[in-house]
Amino acid sequence: MLHVDHMSVTLGRRCVLRDVSLHAGPGDFAAVMGPNGGGKSTLIRAILGLIPISSGTVRVTPGVSRIGYIPQTKTLDRTFPATPVDLVASGLQGRWPWLLSRQDRKPVLEALSIVGANHLAGSRLADLSGGELQRVYLARALVSDPPLVILDEPEAGVDQTGTTDLYDVLDSCRKSRNMAIVMVTHDWDVAYHHATKILLINGHTIASGVPSEALTDQAVREAFGHVGHSHDVIGRGHAHD
Amino acid sequence: MTDFWLSYPFMQRAVLAGLLLSVVAGYYGSFVVQRRMSFLGAGLAHAAFGGIALGLLLGAEPLWVALPFTAVVATLIHVLRSTRQISSDTAIGILFSVSVALGLLFLSMREGSPVDAFSYLFGSILGLGWLDVWLSVGLLAVALATLPRLWGRWAYASFDEEAARAQGVATGRDSFLLTLCVALTLVVSIKMVGILLVSAWLVIPAAAARLVAGSFGAMTAGAVLISTASTLAGLYISWLADLPSGAAVVLLQALMFLFAWIIHRTIC
Repeated sequence: MLHVDHMSVTLGRRCVLRDVSLHAGPGDFAAVMGPNGGGKSTLIRAILGLIPISSGTVRVTPGVSRIGYIPQTKTLDRTFPATPVDLVASGLQGRWPWLLSRQDRKPVLEALSIVGANHLAGSRLADLSGGELQRVYLARALVSDPPLVILDEPEAGVDQTGTTDLYDVLDSCRKSRNMAIVMVTHDWDVAYHHATKILLINGHTIASGVPSEALTDQAVREAFGHVGHSHDVIGRGHAHD
Repeated sequence: MTDFWLSYPFMQRAVLAGLLLSVVAGYYGSFVVQRRMSFLGAGLAHAAFGGIALGLLLGAEPLWVALPFTAVVATLIHVLRSTRQISSDTAIGILFSVSVALGLLFLSMREGSPVDAFSYLFGSILGLGWLDVWLSVGLLAVALATLPRLWGRWAYASFDEEAARAQGVATGRDSFLLTLCVALTLVVSIKMVGILLVSAWLVIPAAAARLVAGSFGAMTAGAVLISTASTLAGLYISWLADLPSGAAVVLLQALMFLFAWIIHRTIC
């Protein structure tokens, strides 16, 4: 479905990513991890075609024209006068809706219902909590029934309960729709317990593979300079294994 | 009120141009406010001063020179900020100052009184001719033409440019078109509102509508409504009390903003 092969990205004169590869097929949950400034968001933006790549290839299986995308919500203006229905409809129509017919609203309300946010349909975006807003974004990403969904740090600005709920919904959708997920995250728990594969980067690939193989102390230390909290999660994970 | 509308041809032109331009300004103002482009509005209005002064120097109709002059400045601002080497504010700040400096230079090269140039600074309903009315009709036609296709794309990119681009919206081209439309609207409105106040005239109705609107569509409609009501009422007050038209309109808009803010604080 998604094939990133030996991709490099140069922004200005700086090589931000060098020789990174990532593959995600139906049902895969690929977590992209690494330190701040390590090129995670650059990778996502290059996959989406928002910035040019300097070498390598990004291919999406022919026929997969729809990609659901959840950006970092902390960068968005939450005071924008809009309701969740407007936001989700924008994902379906590729433009902001002025007025929605009953027919237009149907798939929008269905998407909100899937993520358990139909009760928020008429609320103002400014009144939503971080977790509620992420559910609405997830509904926007899912409304066109895409086979591939890309998320950029969805846990940012969301409390622990909201994050757990979000990943439960995401997991459920992945399994029921057999969709591929590529997600940038700083959450070791999520990476270890939800992801089916990990890509650990810091300008280049440090490690990739299934979580138990990719998230070793050595790889984490090489990426971040220290092991930190990851050690507890990985240690716990190995104990469970 | 009927006397006001029917008795004086200059008032008929002012009311017609005011009505048409206020609809257009309210429409574009929503995007200017939402994209935090207020400084762009002020910058383009001052850039128009360079074009007006050049028109006066050449002995041509200032509007015909100011329109392409401001369009070129708008294009340069767009190009400079697209490079991402220079911030939007810096690009506007540089070109705004250069245009005003050029305007002053052109005026100093011109023989005669600078009074006619300064009338553009404050606006006057007496100065509005049929050319302004027809240009206003043209601007409204352009704005209406953008409504079915561009309004939704502009609004989407105003909220989330990356998501819009990821869904295939050409946000760079669309943004340039918006900047150009705003520039032309500002230039044509200068005779009525004046260079000093035209940016506020564009921004205040949308800022007021944003305080009470529940959707971006409602904000746009509200901005058009506030802009139209304040412009027509302001022109009437200006005629009755012999006040500068721009000042009367903008002060009315400020009152409406205050009213919207009180509603926002009370209800929301």
